[in-house]
Amino acid sequence: MKVYLTRRYLFSASHRLHNPALSEAANREIYGKCNHPHGHGHNYFLEVTLSGPIAPETGMLCDLGVLDSAVHREILDRFDHQNLNRLEDFSMQVPTTENLAMRVGKILSQLPLPAHLESVRIEETANNSIEYAGGQPPRR
Amino acid sequence: MIYLTRKAEFSASHYYHNPEWTPEENLRVFGKCSNLNGHGHNYTLEVTVAGQVDDNTGFVIDLKLLKDILNRQVLDDFDHRNLNREVPEFASRVPTTENLAVAIWQRLHSQLHPARLHRVRLYEQPDLFVDYYGE
Repeated sequence: MKVYLTRRYLFSASHRLHNPALSEAANREIYGKCNHPHGHGHNYFLEVTLSGPIAPETGMLCDLGVLDSAVHREILDRFDHQNLNRLEDFSMQVPTTENLAMRVGKILSQLPLPAHLESVRIEETANNSIEYAGGQPPRR
Repeated sequence: MIYLTRKAEFSASHYYHNPEWTPEENLRVFGKCSNLNGHGHNYTLEVTVAGQVDDNTGFVIDLKLLKDILNRQVLDDFDHRNLNREVPEFASRVPTTENLAVAIWQRLHSQLHPARLHRVRLYEQPDLFVDYYGE
């Protein structure tokens, strides 16, 4: 019996969407108010979905404490209350939610998680979110 | 194919305990959930059914019927109950969110004809939920 377990986390960060390869005018045209020069911030909700069989002796997919520790150590400590543009992660990329979700997915995929990493989903605001399943279509 | 989701809430108590283990082992694996006096949650259940839209009614399933099925098969037995002691599935299984999602699937999946059950999503808390697709 395969279950999908999702855990939700919160982090807050600032960013500015700006591509230095483009003109100032093109950046304003593409990114609108997200291109305002001094940046702005969001409360990001991160959902991490793991999948696999239920262990009969525990009734659980995995030890949630192990997942929480990994996410806190590798994601929240890294991104929470930071300016995303100033981080090494985004030295070559615009810190859109798309790139952020892919970055988080790639970091988590390299960790020894307690079950299979199915997907990550990031809500930048209550109105928009990005889901990344390592290049596969996410299970719905 | 159309997917319809109905939400329902129930409140229940439970504890996690494997009788084959020592108290120390239960505490190590299940942490504060192993307190035998139990604790409780407000669960949110989302049931998604899939099917074709009926030409005459425009429904994939009659929502009133779905609500009645959810009440009869799940909420009447789970709501304001102690899951370990009052729901038969958990006499021998730990009432984790994972096992609850599977039990709810098993109680519903044969009841929804001509629609079919696509997904059971169960929130134990706003930051933790389990999806089960019957796989």
